Amino acid sequence: MTQAEVQISKPQAEDVIVVRPTKGWAALNLRELWQYRELIYFLTWRDIKVRYKQTILGAAWAIINPIVNMVVLQIVFGQLANMGSEGVPGPIFRFAALLPWGLFSKALSASGRSMLSNRNLITKVYFPRLSVPLASVLGGVLDFVISFVVLIGMMLYWQITPTWGLLTLPLIILFALITALGVGLWFSALNVLYRDVGYILPVLSQLLLFISPVGYSTSEVAAKWQVLYALNPMTGVIESFRWAMLGTTPSDSLPLATIVAISASVAVTLFVSGLFYFRRMERTFADVV
Amino acid sequence: MSDIAVRAVDLGKEYQIGVQQEKYRTLRDTLTATMMRPFRALRGQLPDATQSLWALRDISFEVKKGQVLGIVGHNGAGKSTLLKVLSRVTEPTTGFVELHGRVGSLLEVGTGFHPELTGRENIYLNGAILGMKRTEIDRKFDEIVAFSEVEKFIETPVKRYSSGMYLRLAFAVAAHLEPEILVVDEVLTVGDAEFQRKCLGKMGDVAQEGRTVLFVSHNMSAVLRLTQETIVLDHGRMVMRAPSAEAVDYYLSAGHAKAGERIWDEDEVPGAGAGFRPRALRIRDQRGRVLETVRSTEPVTVEFEYQLDKPVTGLRCGFYLYTMRGEPVFTSFDTDEQALFEKYTNRPAGRYVSRCTIPADTFNQGRYVLGVNASSYRIRRYFQDERALEFNVDPTGAPGMQWSEPRPGPIRPRLNWTIEQVG
Repeated sequence: MTQAEVQISKPQAEDVIVVRPTKGWAALNLRELWQYRELIYFLTWRDIKVRYKQTILGAAWAIINPIVNMVVLQIVFGQLANMGSEGVPGPIFRFAALLPWGLFSKALSASGRSMLSNRNLITKVYFPRLSVPLASVLGGVLDFVISFVVLIGMMLYWQITPTWGLLTLPLIILFALITALGVGLWFSALNVLYRDVGYILPVLSQLLLFISPVGYSTSEVAAKWQVLYALNPMTGVIESFRWAMLGTTPSDSLPLATIVAISASVAVTLFVSGLFYFRRMERTFADVV
Repeated sequence: MSDIAVRAVDLGKEYQIGVQQEKYRTLRDTLTATMMRPFRALRGQLPDATQSLWALRDISFEVKKGQVLGIVGHNGAGKSTLLKVLSRVTEPTTGFVELHGRVGSLLEVGTGFHPELTGRENIYLNGAILGMKRTEIDRKFDEIVAFSEVEKFIETPVKRYSSGMYLRLAFAVAAHLEPEILVVDEVLTVGDAEFQRKCLGKMGDVAQEGRTVLFVSHNMSAVLRLTQETIVLDHGRMVMRAPSAEAVDYYLSAGHAKAGERIWDEDEVPGAGAGFRPRALRIRDQRGRVLETVRSTEPVTVEFEYQLDKPVTGLRCGFYLYTMRGEPVFTSFDTDEQALFEKYTNRPAGRYVSRCTIPADTFNQGRYVLGVNASSYRIRRYFQDERALEFNVDPTGAPGMQWSEPRPGPIRPRLNWTIEQVG
């Protein structure tokens, strides 16, 4: 027995996986998730690749959707309800909000469905289940980037120069992703157990659109409801995104920092609890999905 | 370093099979159930403790590194559940498994294939799902494509593939996994004979390379060819672990396959034709056991039990035998023989069994259908059921089994060949 032989066999000997029943709250095991990062990448890539197959307009839909939404919101909130847009043109004010909103609403519907649409994988192969909702949320990032280019174009057209706040953009996008993931994790796990979620999601998404500052500014909300309003994490996401891109702040409301602080704490709570809830329910997924 | 690859200790898996799981659970159900719980507890009704099923119970075994272990059992014996636990898809309810090395599963090829993606894209996607690294797939890409024989269509969406091409590609990806422990479920039942041979060859290679293989199949000749030892499962329990020849023999003859019997209830036969009532049709093996799967190398007994409420003249009872595709194989009646025909021209009321034995070495491998008929020729038909019973024939030990090719045709007689050198 030489030294070399011992060294060769050692890593193998340590590579023992024990499968046993687990109870209660499970550890997140993010290390394992990291080991499977390529799977997350491929699942995301598949979702993106498949999304616009066999469509005539292809990725143009990523632009058409928010533009149509913008026109509708501009007519309803801008022209009919005559609501202000914090000193920037109404269309760009609403379009900017639709970027994080689109990321969120797509993440919500995609991750809600994700465990069911990947049922054949979940019941056949082992991999960290978190990769599935994670990939479905990340799949929306490409649409976000495409719309972002359109937003830049609009900013050039209306000659809006971004402020130094632009530098916080990565943080704000992370904020948006965490919000989307937090809600997505809860709903993807719940949808495995309760198919009702599939019916709740579209309604919820529509409802949230109207209680988030997408078509209007937070200033429109009565002062006494502002704290409650900020509990919707998308309030903080949208207002901070608009601030970073267009330099607007809601004029007649809580300070933006307070809004963001309230929203962010809700988002983080949702995200962390979502992670643990998902991990807890995960072990039954293959049996009930 | 131990030479154990898999060690399972007291494995058990319990499924809840109450109404709750039958339909989808809805929020309302849970809410009402939660609210009702205190009341039910007051009434002494504990939550459905009886409504569970142990798909696996007290399973303990070890597999050595480099060993190929077969797992056999009839449908519902727990094979798939065991593989799911071993491949970590689902957690056991009791006990634990130690896996010494990476586990790759070949459960149902094509898992995760997306119809809209091209062959190339699916290789990468499927590889990632099965746990391969991207660099590993890059390295093996050409080999995978060559094995699958779909080079020309590698940039075509797989939804345009024929089912054969699809399977070949899927198997090719899975076959190039290099896990220390490979779990294989029933993959060899698909594809044409040529491809099956290729798959078996690949499986053999895997074992040769010293990797551990757990092989589940209904194909007993494949089990015999590929494995040294086999586990027999029955109702979630391990009933035997033995050298494969012995285990396969036990499985085939121990009547693990139930069925093999068709019973008619009184009310099932409309207007019970003029006093004739069928009772049962059974398939029995050499030792008289009612089986769904019989061996081609043993004689098979077919028995038809019926009741005559009044005397019947000129009755003949018998069966039609068809292949699953409905091609007739032969027809036979109990009064075909002149002697019996004369003796039973008039049958008084009473209970009868008409029984016949089909000699050994008649059937080829496959599934067959028995239809029954009871009639008085050209006078009246008392009862007919064209698909009364189905049964399987296992060809282990049949002539020509040294070659894995399927033999066409429904019969596989053992013929007396002589070979003479004449020049």
